[in-house]
Amino acid sequence: MDQLTSLLGGFSVALEPINLLWLLIGAVLGTAVGVLPGLGSAMAVALLLPVTFALDPTGAFIMFASIYFGGLFGDSTAGILLNTPGNSSAIATTFEGHRMARDGRAAKALGTSAIGAFIGGTIATTAVVFLAPYLATVASLFGPAEYFALAAFAFVAISSVVAESVVRGLTALGLGLLITLVGIDQASGAQRFTMGAPALFDGISIIVVTLGLLAIGEVLYVGSRIRRERSRTGTLAIGGGSPFLRGAEWRKALPAFLRGTSFGLPFGVIPVGGSEVPTFLAYGTEKRLAQRRRDPDFGTRGAIQGVAGPEAAGNATAGTAMGALLALGLPTSATAAMMLAAFQQYGMQPGPLLFERSADLVWPLIASLFLGLVILLVLNLPFAAVWAKLLVIPRHYLYAGITVVAMLGVYAIASSTLDLWLLLAIGVIGVVMRRFEIPLAPVLIAAILGPLAETELRRALAVSEGDPSVLVGSPITVVLYAVMAAAVAISAVQHLRHARRDARQRVGAR
Amino acid sequence: MRRRIPLILFSAASAAVFGLAAVDASGGGAGATPRTALTLVAPAAPGGGWDAFAREAQQVIRDEGASSTVQVVNVPGAAGTIGLGQVAQMGDRHDIMLVTGTVMIGGVAMATSGETLEHTTPIARIADDYAVLVVPADSPYETLDDFVAAWQEDPGGTAIAGGSLGGIDHLVAGLAGAEVGIDPRDVNYIAYPGGGEVVSSMLSNSAAAGISGLNEFRDQIEVGNIRALAVSAEEPQEGLGIPTFREAGVDVAMSNWRGLVAPPDISDETRAELIAIVEEMQASDAWRATLDRNNWTDSMLVGDEFGAFLEAESTRIETIIEELGL
Repeated sequence: MDQLTSLLGGFSVALEPINLLWLLIGAVLGTAVGVLPGLGSAMAVALLLPVTFALDPTGAFIMFASIYFGGLFGDSTAGILLNTPGNSSAIATTFEGHRMARDGRAAKALGTSAIGAFIGGTIATTAVVFLAPYLATVASLFGPAEYFALAAFAFVAISSVVAESVVRGLTALGLGLLITLVGIDQASGAQRFTMGAPALFDGISIIVVTLGLLAIGEVLYVGSRIRRERSRTGTLAIGGGSPFLRGAEWRKALPAFLRGTSFGLPFGVIPVGGSEVPTFLAYGTEKRLAQRRRDPDFGTRGAIQGVAGPEAAGNATAGTAMGALLALGLPTSATAAMMLAAFQQYGMQPGPLLFERSADLVWPLIASLFLGLVILLVLNLPFAAVWAKLLVIPRHYLYAGITVVAMLGVYAIASSTLDLWLLLAIGVIGVVMRRFEIPLAPVLIAAILGPLAETELRRALAVSEGDPSVLVGSPITVVLYAVMAAAVAISAVQHLRHARRDARQRVGAR
Repeated sequence: MRRRIPLILFSAASAAVFGLAAVDASGGGAGATPRTALTLVAPAAPGGGWDAFAREAQQVIRDEGASSTVQVVNVPGAAGTIGLGQVAQMGDRHDIMLVTGTVMIGGVAMATSGETLEHTTPIARIADDYAVLVVPADSPYETLDDFVAAWQEDPGGTAIAGGSLGGIDHLVAGLAGAEVGIDPRDVNYIAYPGGGEVVSSMLSNSAAAGISGLNEFRDQIEVGNIRALAVSAEEPQEGLGIPTFREAGVDVAMSNWRGLVAPPDISDETRAELIAIVEEMQASDAWRATLDRNNWTDSMLVGDEFGAFLEAESTRIETIIEELGL
């Protein structure tokens, strides 16, 4: 119970009025940059570093902590409302969230996402308080072979997204894999599809792909059909609605919150692709469960679970990632890397010795993570209704605004004009895909998991000098592959049974 | 009126992005000198090593009053060569400096196309740190000799994890291999995007050994999770408790240096002014503290001396990269 005493001490520092003010400022700033695509919380921390030099270390860390979570609360807002996720961690939330917004339930989707972020973050931070010393053990269990098994597992787990039309799904998946091949190969240094352009050496940013497909693609598609539709003005959806969940909605959302959190928790510790993998796993799970329930809303009007799961997963990952940063000195995301640098500026060296050496700084920081989550929830819930009013803006203005935000956001990533051309080109691809009803999600899934699977497979094989047995050389890999095989077998059996029953019904109807 | 609120919010948000995106378009005003406005280009994303260096320098230059407004602009990509390309095309802009270092020379050598550091004006080499060779705590290798013996026996089976290809970690692995009679092409080098990942690969026993910056490993070495075998410094490092490669009998030395260069066509006066700014920074107490905190070694070298060093370093690194077969 030493941790509890230390944590209470931390709270007493973090609750000083001036520190609460920093916390509030950080939360607002973090949310603001999170909302804007292209400006991640890494950028926010970077820009604020000079400002925080004027503060004492505790004040600075408290501000960083609230920026860190603020970005995660903010990034799904734009995704839900405008289909322009502020960060790759919000992509999975965007799928169902934007559907809900179009159905006139924008405030509800935003509220769900805020609550999800709060629940995920709180549980994860609690886990960090009590389990920080054991995080190192989890991190040390994962080598290249385990990462590859994990990536393969994630592919299978979310394959249900692809399953509606196999050909179209695989087309989209292939397209995503193709996009990720662009760039210098990490393992050999060979250039792939760069056409000698240095701007392509680091590949195409996932933000460019996401905004191109989801935002620009949508704008162009709507533009191309504008004369065919009767109402030329009009709005995207009726805004309004309450952001607060009612009893029945809680019953739907709560299990999804918890499922999402349990996906997110372990992923923060292992430096594998940040929070995208767990958010997609959560999305895939909710989708699968919706199919089993025969929920008609999922994928059409938007289901609350599809927002709740991924959002909780994203923030749970962020919570334990903070633990990994503090207890192991492992930065598992760009923001974490930035904060690592910031901690070092103040002479606090995250790592196995941190809790002994800088206890006076760490505990207020952890306490402020909790306070930050509360403040963000309080800020975001009432604001959800205001945000949702955005959709009241007539569609043509709104779409012009989306285009501007997407273009500026992409330019802000690396000040590269080539990225803007790529954004437009991918937008056109998005139009074509919409026209031929090719699903967009598999492109993004492949773009995130593809490179992960490739690098880790090659690393594993390089270490073993090409001996494939290394891939099943540890208990973790064996368990993952076994679960995967079981899942595939079960779904195949179900498929067959359904097919047989359908056939029987058809015979019976005759 | 209520309907307008979201519209106003939305426009404010757009204005904020625009302001940030326009950052690198600003600061080009005529009549200004580097003393009034200075831009440091960090050719890496926020959180990267060069970004940290740029922000440390920004802080000290401003606090010492060497220049009144200093901003950092990130131009990430391709081992810094994207940033290099931009600065090399800035002609005679007098208020800009690019952060550079060992990794950029490797990046230029590997890209074989695009701009090189010859198209910039050398200002100063400022600080160094070193790479260190480590093994997991339960590894059978206690000294560099143990490791080298096993490595010579089976180069392929002795995988070495390190930072990205062509970076200092990779170069040190290649040089050390060549020095102990292993064809650099046979070195089984596993590239990770950064030092943090190398640390976790050591903790998970993924590779036989790892090479990365000393800072990344320091705490893990201290608690005994990993063991340091040799450091790539030229001179013995007092108080570190890790022998240099040379002391341990392998003739390899390489430093990971950081420095600043300016656009190619600046006037001699501007160059002298930029050098003076850097010298004021380097002489300050605040910079001493910065060096200590980051475990950087002071390696100040300015103007033409730095230019000569750049040339020699480029030739050396190009040769290694060729031998490594990249």
